[in-house]
Amino acid sequence: MAKIKLSDKKLQELKDVCKSFNNEKGELINVLHKAQSIFGYLPAEVQEVIAKELNASVAHVYGVVTFYSFFTMIPKGQHPISICLGTACYVRGAEKVLEEFRRQLKIQVGETTADGKFSLSCLRCVGACGLAPVVMVGEKVYGRVSPDGVQDILSEYNN
Amino acid sequence: MNMVKLIIDGKHVEVPENTTLLKAAKTVGIDIPTLCYFELKDMNIENRPGGCRVCVVEVRGRRNLAPACNTMVAEGMEVFTHNIRVLNARRTVLELILSDHPAECLTCSKNGNCELQSMAQQLGVREIPYAGEQSKYRKDTSPAIIRDVDKCIMCRRCEMMCNDVQTVGALSAVNRGFMAVVAPAFEMNLEKSTCTYCGQCVSVCPTGALTEVDHSRNVINSLADPAKTVVVQTAPAVRAALGEEFGLEPGTLVTGKMVAALRRLGFDYVFDTDFAADLTIMEEGSELLDRLTRYLKGDKEVKLPILTSCCPGWVNFFEHNFPEMLDIPSTAKSPQQMFGPVAKEYFAKKLGIDRKNMIVVSIMPCLAKKYECQREEFKVNGDPDVNYSLSTRELAHLIKQSNIDFNALPEEDFDNPLGASTGAAVIFGATGGVIEAACRTAYELYTGKKLEKVDFTELRGLENIRHATLDFDGLPINIGIAHGLGNARKLLEDIRAGKSQFHAIEIMACPGGCIGGGGQPYHHGNSEIIKQRSAAIYREDSGKPIRKSHENPFIQELYREFLGKPLGEKSHHLLHTHYFDKSVGDFIEE
Repeated sequence: MAKIKLSDKKLQELKDVCKSFNNEKGELINVLHKAQSIFGYLPAEVQEVIAKELNASVAHVYGVVTFYSFFTMIPKGQHPISICLGTACYVRGAEKVLEEFRRQLKIQVGETTADGKFSLSCLRCVGACGLAPVVMVGEKVYGRVSPDGVQDILSEYNN
Repeated sequence: MNMVKLIIDGKHVEVPENTTLLKAAKTVGIDIPTLCYFELKDMNIENRPGGCRVCVVEVRGRRNLAPACNTMVAEGMEVFTHNIRVLNARRTVLELILSDHPAECLTCSKNGNCELQSMAQQLGVREIPYAGEQSKYRKDTSPAIIRDVDKCIMCRRCEMMCNDVQTVGALSAVNRGFMAVVAPAFEMNLEKSTCTYCGQCVSVCPTGALTEVDHSRNVINSLADPAKTVVVQTAPAVRAALGEEFGLEPGTLVTGKMVAALRRLGFDYVFDTDFAADLTIMEEGSELLDRLTRYLKGDKEVKLPILTSCCPGWVNFFEHNFPEMLDIPSTAKSPQQMFGPVAKEYFAKKLGIDRKNMIVVSIMPCLAKKYECQREEFKVNGDPDVNYSLSTRELAHLIKQSNIDFNALPEEDFDNPLGASTGAAVIFGATGGVIEAACRTAYELYTGKKLEKVDFTELRGLENIRHATLDFDGLPINIGIAHGLGNARKLLEDIRAGKSQFHAIEIMACPGGCIGGGGQPYHHGNSEIIKQRSAAIYREDSGKPIRKSHENPFIQELYREFLGKPLGEKSHHLLHTHYFDKSVGDFIEE
């Protein structure tokens, strides 16, 4: 596991988060939630600090991080791509669209491209079923996406 | 206390409120099968995650079946523990657990001792109707413990031991669903984690997911090598438990038969770690007195309380967790590691052989000893002072393999000179024993008077943390005792906070001390077994003609012929050690 160095500023921010929950072990999930919004993900180093601050074992913190799919130890790409696999999108071919993203980016769901540009995840319903199948890149929503349209979406960000 | 009345299998039961159905049923002789559930009575150790669902029962009026280990009694409840619905559900649960369990029973080291295997037998599972995916996880081998988590059934007993009892925090359940396993942080190898090798996870694992590293082949090979003189030492707690492996009642002392068996296995000299325990008392007791006298003279630099250092799991624990306090524990090596250099530097020379041609094997109730004997500081030019450490269980296997009818063996005596020991040494095996032994010697050395009452019964027992004040001829000596690393942590935190009033503290990593060690025959949660072993240890002590370490004539001879005096130059070199900062996983500050 590659080691990263946390900046002093972010480290202090993280410790403040722990403090705002009175450094209580029972608040682990809330602390992790906030930590992930600070760092974008939960690297080992962040889990170490949280464990120490909350007086919990690192193994326990890691156990919670790996239990909930919301938490991730992989940094999201510069442009996180989410493919909706809700019922409406699914029946209108979202899986084929996902397959095309995987093929073009050469990564699996939950992974990030080597250049850090794109990451791939799935979600369930963004409330735009009339546009199914739906893909989000960052905050931008793309509707009625077909596998043929994947190339066009990616090229918007590839320059 | 409010009593609750209920009916279990047609029997009227009255128990206090907040009793589980499992325990309520037991009061009327109904034994509901359990798998993940685990309890060590009187030691505050209980695991009831309600995860495996083997103990389900039917409660009239309740829609689903209830796990008996985790459901409290209620007034007027009517419970059925073996109707057709319960039996079918229980069997289905077990078949599902078995559906992704490797069918390696014949070669599994837990074969014959596996609770999953016994459960399949008890419930009459004859086929597994579900063919599903098999878990494939890498095997993790550390110096003492092997993790083979494909065999894990997620009972979480090891997690409870490692976190709640030992506060080591090396293991946790990670991932979810089919991918869930018990693992160290970031799924690193156990060796890289905060694991102390206390082995309590192994001693409660119901399956073969956690087992010891087996060194018995190495020992067999050494015994077969005519160029090697093979010497064995046996720890105090082994003689109080080995008999269980041969069907004897828990608490049967098998000292003489064990010696006979070792001789028949082909060891050239059958010696006793108890001899080295007496030696430990000479060094550790002298160190206690030395620190105490300097303290009484007003020396502000002196570190008190002194902490015992015989237990390698405990040593690992403070190296990991209290690196700023490395100068507090006694520098005396453990008896296993004192025996090594005495055998290889003193006895080997007496025999006129090179230390490289002597193999020292230890039989230990412990798994951390396997790691301890591999520590670099306990080697001379790569040659370890103690070559191999076998658990009590491994010794039993060796004896069985070698066609020895253990129960028919005569009682034999240890060889001299490294086999002679006192009652003070044998009580090292029980919590409180080391400090009692140290006090027997320290009292006489300090006061110059004869100790009339050798038994310091106030130091014995199974309470988690005990303390007593002994009277050293007008000088009150405050003694603290903890067994189980979670309890030790409390005493250590008091010291760190400057709140400790103790002069000396004994710490043993395992509940009950070495008699409850990670290398002992499996007790399957029966704390009576641990109590019987403890009673046996004190029985052995009271039957010994000499009960104070400094009166052991062979110890006196060793000092006369070889060592000089306790804490002297030679002792310092051979019998004392130092400790290392092993706090791990701090990525930030490095």
